[in-house]
This record gives sequence, structure tokens and C-alpha cells, in this order.
Amino acid sequence: MSGQTATIIGTASAAREQPPASLVGPWAWARRNLFGSWWSSAVTILLGYLIVRWAWGFIDWAVINAVWSVPVASNPLDTAAPCRQMAGVGACWAVIGDKWRFILFGRYPYDQQWRPALCILLFIALYGVSANRAFWRKELLYIWVATLAVIAFLMWGGVLGMDYVAQDQWGGLPITLILATFGLAFAFPLAVVVALGRRSTQLPAVKFLCVGYVELIRGVPLISLLFMASVMFPLFMPEGLNPDKLLRAQIAIILFAAAYLAEVVRGGLQSLPKGQYEAADALGLSYWQKTLKIILPQALRMVIPPLVNNFISFFKDTSLVLIIGIFDLLTAGKVAMADPTWTGFSTEIYLVLAAIYFVFCYAMSHYSRSLERKFSRARNR
Amino acid sequence: MSATTSDPRLAPTRQAPKQRMQLSWTDPRFRNLVWQALVLAIIVAVIWYLVGNTRHNLEARHIATGFGFLESTSGIPIGEQMIPYTSGASTYLRALTEGVLNTLKVAIVGVILSTILGTIIGVGRLSPNWLLAKITAVYVEVIRDIPVLLQLLFWYVLLQGLPAPKASIRLGSAVFLSNRGIKVPLLVWEDAHTWALVAFAVAIVLTFLWRRRVHRQRDLTGTAPKVWPVALALLIGLPVIVWAIFGAPLTIDMPQLHGFNFSGGGTITPEYGALTLGLVIYTSAFIAEIVRSGIQAVAQGQWEASQALGLHRGQTLNLVVLPQALRVIIPPMTSEYLSLAKNSSLAVAIGYQDIVSIASTILNQTGQAIEGIAIIMLVYLTISLSISLFMNWYNAHIALVGR
Repeated sequence: MSGQTATIIGTASAAREQPPASLVGPWAWARRNLFGSWWSSAVTILLGYLIVRWAWGFIDWAVINAVWSVPVASNPLDTAAPCRQMAGVGACWAVIGDKWRFILFGRYPYDQQWRPALCILLFIALYGVSANRAFWRKELLYIWVATLAVIAFLMWGGVLGMDYVAQDQWGGLPITLILATFGLAFAFPLAVVVALGRRSTQLPAVKFLCVGYVELIRGVPLISLLFMASVMFPLFMPEGLNPDKLLRAQIAIILFAAAYLAEVVRGGLQSLPKGQYEAADALGLSYWQKTLKIILPQALRMVIPPLVNNFISFFKDTSLVLIIGIFDLLTAGKVAMADPTWTGFSTEIYLVLAAIYFVFCYAMSHYSRSLERKFSRARNR
Repeated sequence: MSATTSDPRLAPTRQAPKQRMQLSWTDPRFRNLVWQALVLAIIVAVIWYLVGNTRHNLEARHIATGFGFLESTSGIPIGEQMIPYTSGASTYLRALTEGVLNTLKVAIVGVILSTILGTIIGVGRLSPNWLLAKITAVYVEVIRDIPVLLQLLFWYVLLQGLPAPKASIRLGSAVFLSNRGIKVPLLVWEDAHTWALVAFAVAIVLTFLWRRRVHRQRDLTGTAPKVWPVALALLIGLPVIVWAIFGAPLTIDMPQLHGFNFSGGGTITPEYGALTLGLVIYTSAFIAEIVRSGIQAVAQGQWEASQALGLHRGQTLNLVVLPQALRVIIPPMTSEYLSLAKNSSLAVAIGYQDIVSIASTILNQTGQAIEGIAIIMLVYLTISLSISLFMNWYNAHIALVGR
């Protein structure tokens, strides 16, 4: 057979012959990817120049000329003197060394700060467990309830020999994590109910309410809801009953998050093939049996990647509570900047805050993307 | 009866017999009605309870409800003015109008700039140049994962950290960067410029008409004159002629340093600058992703087919890829514009006087919490609805025309 011989000859010669040297190796790679055309070469040279210049300037400022620690001076206002000498030339990381516990934990009693630290670790462990697909079962719900309860015990204390710490002393990263995580935990069930209500064909009044709720919340900025929580909410409550500021902000965030999550869940409900609904009806299942046993388990699985993306944006949005004066990570950072000892070193603190937010958000978005890839691979199989 | 109609599949579908609703729990329609009534009753009861509490609380605090306060004089100083306003003489209503205009100023400029920057970065991510693709990818990743409020505060600190006017940084001959903001030369506006602007708008309409005529002629005959020479002549020529007819006035107000401050020229305040810069940078990262995924959504075969037809890269992008990508891009772009408009409310954190900032100051001065927040919500609902309507219209305009 001539075809067969041709292939044999082809493979034999291909095995011996390497591609020409001009097509492999770093030079060829650079020619292809960096200097492919005149235009491409110009872009490479310009960008290369800018990167080298700025990166060098940044390293100079952040590493080489930086002040990493300062001796404690007798007058607290003189503590930062070595930093001030280098102002504009080198970064002052000493401010972080002095303030990191304040930025992370706020005004929580100093000797009790192991408790919020443990809470941060618990939150991270909770995210880690939830990210593992082996745990996507009913038990995950119990894990969430148990972890959030333990976190509440740790933060408040008052039991097991831990001192009671009033809520207005909490601050820093735990507040950010609490607002985002408790927000998600309570908003999610609400979102499922609203999404189901919005899809309902039998109950027009309920549908109307759900549509109104979702569109109203999505049409206004979170700030206006937070203002509502901080200024209007006390007016709504009967005299004497005034929930604290954090709880009010938390309620605003839950209501805000639920409207957005409801749209995500609705997307999942819509993406289920109609046959699933009809098959459940044909089996004679009631509405709640159909919804809980057939529809939701499939629909919710599908919306996990967009859910993670939404969680990332809630995580970032919790920083808005700064405006109504709640002591989250960003507020703690701003208060640290206002310390007269360290005025003028806000850039360093902002960079550290940005790095903390970035680490959390990047980890989550990385996870969400890998999940999307896995899901689409499973679907396209 | 013929054989064909006896086939049940061909029989006209029979309507289910109309049944009267029975007042019994076994009738689903009755059940649904009861459930809905129950839900509504609960909601009404809750609202009733809250309204009762609110009225009681307002009475206890001696706060009068209603929008009457809008007519009273406001004592809020406003630095950023679009319409004439004097603190202590103008009304609260005027102060709020000023706030709305300031919000719109940020939102409109932000939408335009972030679309441009986002498109450039999104296309950059698909560039065959490795360095450009990597840098834009890092930009998108870093910017997206840092809260926008943090970025705004950072830019604000940076702009405030610029040197004082005396030591201001000079860009070119007449642009000054200082901690008072960015000073730029300003054209002294006269009637001639307004008319030139009108002429420009007319020229845009004429260009569209010309383009449509050319395309129709090309469809009919296969040959047609080029569009761009006429378009260029219209777009530049018409405004210039109108401007010349009115005497070609051209006075430029240059910023000048006098003692410790500038006089003349236009100012971009640090607040406005930081807000716009922060919002544009943040939103452009999201827009870049939308543009990238939109372009990638166009099948590879479309590129290859247009190459086979002999179109060069620019033509391929313009005539084949972008029209298809736009259909994927527009819906998510709408929600980015909406979130930019809503994020402009963060102005309050850096002291730019937008609607939220002014309404919350009024709210603190007068104690009219409910009215103040209702106004904020109403303004944003209106803005959101307008953007949605416009983008839906545009989306319908470019949607695939089905046969």
C-alpha cells in the first residue's frame, strides 16, 4: 500500500530531523513573540523601557532605600524620624511593623488578639473546605453553621474563661470576613427563595414582589442601603430596641447580596432543561418535592462559579462600610494612617491593605476559573 | 368523518374545560390565592408596623416629614459648581441639582474613558506580542482584585501629595499639576463656539446620511465613491466655516501663577480627578475582560474566512469580527456602565460633592433622613433605568436580524 509506505517513510525521517535552529530556542521565541513585526518590536521596546524604569524605581523605593524598623524614641512623635529623612526616597515599612496588629485586629484588647487571629484562620479553613468538591454535600451546611457559631463565640467570648469583648471593640480583618461570609450565608437562602418566587407562574403577586425587590436593590448603590441602615433603620424600630451598627450594616449587606445572588440562582434555574421540570411533574411530586429534590440540587451546582465571582465582589464591597464608620480592614488602615506618629506614610499602608485584599480575591478568582474549566470540560465530554 | 381527522394527533387541540374555582384546599387555584393573600398580608403588616414606629419616632424627635425643606435656604458650601449656586442664598433643591449634575459629570466622562481604555487593554490581551499580552493581563488581574474604594482613596492621597502651586509640576507650557488640582488652559466660550458645535452635530448627521447613500449605491451597482473624504470635509469644514462666519473668536484663558495660587484657566479638582481616575481604571479592567471574551467568542473560522477573501487585519476586525463581537459584548457592558454609575457614589469618601454627598449633608443638617435617602435612590434608579433603556435600544439596533 502506497499510503502506508508513505507514512512509514514520513515518520522515520521526521524522527531524525530536528526543526531548523531558527525555529526553536529562546531567540526564535523572542523573534516570534516580541519582534514579530515593526509594530510589535516598537511596542516591546517601549514597554520594556517603561517596565525597567518603573520597576527599578519601585525596587529602589520599596526595598533598597526602605526603612524596615526604627528604634523607639522617648518622644513618640520622634519615632518616625529615620523614616522622615528618607521620605520620598525610600518606603517606611516600620509603620507596618508598628501598626500591623492594629490594622488586622483594630481595637480588640491586645492580649486577647489571638481570638480574632484564630477566627481569621477558621474563616480561611472554611473557605478551603467549601472549595473542595468532595465536601459538596449536606454535611457542608453543618460545617458552616458550626464554624460560624464557633467564630461568634470566639469574638464575643464570655464563656470558657474568655473575657467578654463588646462588639464595638471588634475591628480589622475579622470584620471584613464576618461581613462578607455571614452576608453570603444569610443572603444565599433568601436569594434562592426570591429566585424561585421570580420564576413562579402560579403566584403573580409573589412574582411581582420578587421582581420589585431585585430590581430596586440592583438599581441603587450599596452606599444608599448602608446609609439607610445607619440613618433610617433606627427610625423603623420601636423605641428602646436599637440593634448595633454592625448588625444594621450586616442586614444591609445581606439584602444587597441577596438581590444579586437571586439573579445568579435564577440563571441556574433557567439553564435546566424543561424536561427536568416536566419529569418531576409526571412523577407526581409536589412543588416543594420537585424543587428541593430535583431542581435545586442541579441548578445550584451549575451556579457555583458565578457564585464565587459574586462572593469576590461582596468581599470587596464590604470596604464601603468605611463610609458609615464601621471598623473593617480599610477603616483600621485609615485610622492607623491618622496616628500623628506616622502621618505621611499612607502609601505604605494602602499598599499593604491592597495586598491583603488582593491575596483573598485572587485566590478566589483563581479557584473560580479552575472550577469553570472543570465544569465546561465535564459538559463538553 | 374522514380517516384523517380520526387520527388524534391531527385533531384540533381541545381546551381544558373551564372549571369554577372551588373554595377548597384541594383546588390549586384556591390554594395559590390563599398563599398570595397570606404573603401580601404579612408584607402589609410589616410595613404597617414599621411606618407606625417611624411616625412615633419622628414625632418624638420633632421632625416634620415632607419635601417642604427643599425650598428653604441651604448653607452647604459647594466647591464644584456646574450651575450658579451661592451658599446661604440658594435653596436645598438647587444644591441637590448641583449634586446630580456632578454625579452625571463623573458618570458620563467615566463611561467614555473607561470604554476607550478597556477596549485598548482588552485588545492588548489578545496581542501576539507576548510582553503586551502579559502586562495587560497583570493589569486586569491586579485592578480587579482590589476594592474600588481603596483605589479611590489611594489616588486621592497621591493627588493631594502633589507639590504646592509654587512648586507645581509643569506639563508642556500651560498645564500645571499641584495639590490644588490640575490647571488647564480654557477656551473663552462665545456664541460662535456654540454654533460651531451645532454645526458639528449637523455634520455628524450628514455624514451618516452620506454613508448610508454610498452603501446603498454600492449594494445596487457594486461601485461607489469613498466615504471618508466627504466625511472629513463635513466634520472639519462645516464647524470651521460656521466659526469663521461668526468672526473666528479665539481667546484662550491661560492659568497663571500669582503668589500662592493660580488665576485663570480651568481646574480639574483633586477630588474629581481622583474619582474619575479611580473609576476609569477600575471599570476598564472589567471592560477589558468583556472585550477580550467578546472577540474570542467569534469563531476562528470567521478570521480565516475573511483572510481567504483577501481582507487585511484592520478590515477583518472592522467588518467581520467586531460586528459579531459587539452582540456578545453589549449586554455585560451595560451592567459595567451601571456599576460605574453606582460606584460614583463613593465620591462621598473623598469629598467630591456628588448627589450622595450633598444629600447626606442635607440629611444631617435637617434630619430629613427618609426624604434624603429617597432622593438618592430615586436619582440612581433614574440613571440606571436610562442607561438600561439606551443600551437595550442599542442592543436591539445591532442584534442579528433574523430571517
